Amino acid sequence: MEMDGLLTYGVFFLTQAGIYAILALGLNVQFGLTGQINIGIAGFFAVGAYTSAILTTNPTDAHLGGFDLPFLVGVAGAMVTSALVAVAIGRVTMRLRSDYLAIATIGIAEIIRLALKNEDWLTNGVRGIPGIPRPFVETLESNSPLISLAVVLAFVVFAFWMVERARVAPWGRVLRAIRENEDGVRAAGKDVTRFRLQAFVFGSSLMGMAGALYAHFIGFISPEAFLPLYGTFLVWVMLIAGGAGNNKGALLGALAIWVLWSATQFLTDALGAEYATQAGALRVLLIGVLLQVILIARPQGILPEHGSGGRG
Amino acid sequence: MTEILQLAIYGVVLGSILTLGAIGVSLIFGILRFAHFAHGDLMTLGAYFALSLVVGLGFPVWASAPFAIVGAALVAIAIDQTVYRHLRKAAPIILLISSFGIAIALRSVVQLIWGPHNEVYASGIQMPWRVGDLVIKPDHVWIVLGAVVLVIALHLFLTRTKMGKAMRAMSDNMDLALVSGIPSERVIMVTWAVGGGLAAVAGIFLGMDTRLHPVMGWSLLLPVFAAAILGGIGRPYGAIAGGMVIGLAMEMSTMVINPTYKPAVAFALMVLMLIVRPQGLFKGNP
Amino acid sequence: MTLLSIEGVTGGYGGADILHGVDLRVEPGEIVVIIGPNGAGKSTLMKAAFGLVKIREGAVLFEKRDITPLRPDQIVRQGISYVPQERNVFPSMTVEENLEMGAFIRTDDIRPQMERIYSFFPRLAERRGQVAGSMSGGERQMLAMGRALMLDPKLLLLDEPTAGLSPIFIDQTFERIQKINAAGIGILMVEQNAKQALAVCDRGYVLTMGRNRIDDTGANLLANKDVAEMFLGG
Repeated sequence: MEMDGLLTYGVFFLTQAGIYAILALGLNVQFGLTGQINIGIAGFFAVGAYTSAILTTNPTDAHLGGFDLPFLVGVAGAMVTSALVAVAIGRVTMRLRSDYLAIATIGIAEIIRLALKNEDWLTNGVRGIPGIPRPFVETLESNSPLISLAVVLAFVVFAFWMVERARVAPWGRVLRAIRENEDGVRAAGKDVTRFRLQAFVFGSSLMGMAGALYAHFIGFISPEAFLPLYGTFLVWVMLIAGGAGNNKGALLGALAIWVLWSATQFLTDALGAEYATQAGALRVLLIGVLLQVILIARPQGILPEHGSGGRG
Repeated sequence: MTEILQLAIYGVVLGSILTLGAIGVSLIFGILRFAHFAHGDLMTLGAYFALSLVVGLGFPVWASAPFAIVGAALVAIAIDQTVYRHLRKAAPIILLISSFGIAIALRSVVQLIWGPHNEVYASGIQMPWRVGDLVIKPDHVWIVLGAVVLVIALHLFLTRTKMGKAMRAMSDNMDLALVSGIPSERVIMVTWAVGGGLAAVAGIFLGMDTRLHPVMGWSLLLPVFAAAILGGIGRPYGAIAGGMVIGLAMEMSTMVINPTYKPAVAFALMVLMLIVRPQGLFKGNP
Repeated sequence: MTLLSIEGVTGGYGGADILHGVDLRVEPGEIVVIIGPNGAGKSTLMKAAFGLVKIREGAVLFEKRDITPLRPDQIVRQGISYVPQERNVFPSMTVEENLEMGAFIRTDDIRPQMERIYSFFPRLAERRGQVAGSMSGGERQMLAMGRALMLDPKLLLLDEPTAGLSPIFIDQTFERIQKINAAGIGILMVEQNAKQALAVCDRGYVLTMGRNRIDDTGANLLANKDVAEMFLGG
C-alpha cells in the first residue's frame, strides 16, 4: 500500500516536472536563444489548457464546445491557438526593446486571466471546465496515470528534439547573432523582426502544448488553478538555474528546481495546516532568494550555453 | 455629463497614484537603465508598513506615512546594496529578471508578515461630500493634494538641490557624470530612497482608495509602466502627464467596456504609444 | 616637478591591448599634443591617463604620485579634468547647471570660479539659462571646456576639441586653449588638425599602432619630413 502511494506520488511528480520542462524549453527559445523576456508564460499556458479542454470535452452549454475531439487534436489546437495569440501580440511588440516586451507580456497574461474569469460563454468563468479526458483513455481502455506520464515524457522528448534542431540549424544561429549584435544582422540583410517573431511564436506554442498536457493530466481547469505568477516565475528560475541558451540545461534546471520546490513542500507540510499560507509564502521567498544567488554567483547556470566557454 | 465628471474625478485620483509610482520607475530607469519590476511590490510594502502603524499603534494614516516612506526607502536601498549592486555590470535584462524575483520575494514577505487577506486602514464608510450630483470622498481630495505636494517637492529637489541636479546629470549622460567626479553610488542610493519613498506613498494612497492586499502593487505595475512609457521613460516630468492620461483613460473606459478590463485599456494605450511614438509624449531616453 | 608622466603603459578596454609600452610626459604649463593616424590609440592613451582604460603594465604618475589604480572620480580630485570628444555636455540641463555639475566635488563657494568662466566665455554668460542640448556645436564645446575648468585643474585633457567645428570655430578654439594655458594650466590634447595643433603646442607625440613613433617640440615636428608626409598633407 505504501509502495503504491510512493509510486503514485512519483508518477505525479515526474509528470509535472515534464510539463515544466516543456515550458522551460519554450522559454529557452525566447530568452535563451533570442534574448526575449516573457513574463506572461502563464497566459500562453492557460490558452493552451483551455483550447485543448474545449476541443476534447463532451458537448455542454456551460462553455464553448466541447467538441469531443481526440487528445492529439486538442494538443495541436492548443499549440495553434497559443501561436496565434503570440503572432497577434508579437506583430506589435517584436520591434520593441526587450524590456518593453517584458512589460507587454505582463499585460497579455493579465488580459488573458481576466478573459478566462469573465467570458463565461467561452470558459465557464470561475467555475472552470471539468471532465477533461486523460490521453488515449478510449484507445487503451485504461485510465492509468502511468499513461499520462509516458505521454508527457514523449512530448518532452519531442519538444527537446525540435528545439535542439532549431538551435543548431542556421535559423538558431541567426537568432543568437541577433541577440549579440542586432545591427550587424540587420546590416547583413536579414529581417530581424521576422526572426524574432518566429522565435516568440515557436516558444509560445510550446507553452501552449504544456498547457494542454496539464489540462489532460489534471482533468479540471479553472482560472484559479494556474497561480499565474508563481508558475511563470518558477519556469524562469528553472531556465536561469539550468543555463539559459542550453536545452539540456533547461531540462536539468526544470528537474532540479522542481525537486527543490517539491522538497520545500515536505518542509512546509511539517509546519502544519494552520501555517499553510505562511509556509507557501516562505517557499516562494526561498526560490526568489535562490534566483538572486544564481544571478550573482553563477549567471551562466549549471550548464552554460555552448560556445560561451566549454565545448563549442 | 455628471457621469463623465464623476469618472474624471476617479481618473484623477487613480492618475495621482500612478504618477507617484511612474516617477520612481522613470527615475530608476534613467539612472540604472533597467525596468524595475519590483516597484509595484515596493508600493505594497509601503502600504503595509503604514497599516502596522495604523492598526498596531492607532496612528492616523497621514501620520504613519512618513514612517512608511522611510521604511520603503530603506528597503529599496537595502535590496540595491545586497542584490542589484552586484549586477551593475550585467545586461539590463538580467537586472530586470532579478527585479522580477525581488517582486515575488517582497510579496511573499508581505504575505508572511501580514497574511494573504484584504485589509483596510479604516473600516466603515466615509461620508462623501456632494457637489451638485457629484460624489467626492474626502480621501480622494487628500490623495490628489498629497500627490500635488509631492510632485512639487520633487520638482524643487531636482531643480534646486545639488543632489537632485546630480540625479538629472547622471540620467542625462552617465559617462560625463563619472568623469566630472559625481559620486555615482551615492546618487544611486538617493535615487532608490526617492523612488522607494514615492512608491510607499502611492501604495498608501492605493490602500486608502481601495483596500490592501499582497497583490495590490503588482496589479498596478502594468498601468504604472504604461504611464512611465507614455511620458517617455527616464523622464520623470513626463510620468506626471503619463499617469494622468492612463488614470483618466482607465476610468473613462468603464462607460463603454466592462470595468474588469481596465488594465487592458492601460495596456492598449501603452502598446499604441510604443508603435506610434516610441520615445513617449516627451522625448525619453533611448 | 613633472605634471603628468605616463611610463611604459600597455593596455586597452579589456580585449586586445591597444597601447604597447607608451611613454609620455607633460611639464607644468606645457601644451602637449598627441597626433597619429586613425586607430593609433591617441584617445586611448589620453583615457589611460584618466583611469578609463585597463592598464596591464606600466604606470601613470601625476606630480610623482601613482594614480594608475585610481578611478576617474578619484583622479578628478587630484586636479585633472577631462573633456570627452563627444557627448561632453548634459543636454537637458542649463549652461549654469552644467557648470555646477563640473564643480560637484567642490564644497566651497563656486560663484567666483563660475564668473571667471563666464568672463572667459562671454557667450556662455549670455546663454546661462539655456538648455545645453539646444546649443550649437561650437557653443557646446565651450561649455564642455567650461565645465572641466570649474574645478580649476592643474591639467586639462582635451579629446579632439576641434572635431566637427567650422574653420572659424577651430581657430577660436585653439586661441582659447592657448589662453587657458596662459593661466598656468597644463594641457594634453589629441588632435586631428595636426598642423594647427603643432603650431600652438610646446611638444608633440606621434603615435602609430599604439607605440611611440616620434616625439619632439612642436616646431621640430612641423619641420619633420616624415611627419609632414604622414599627417600634414605633404
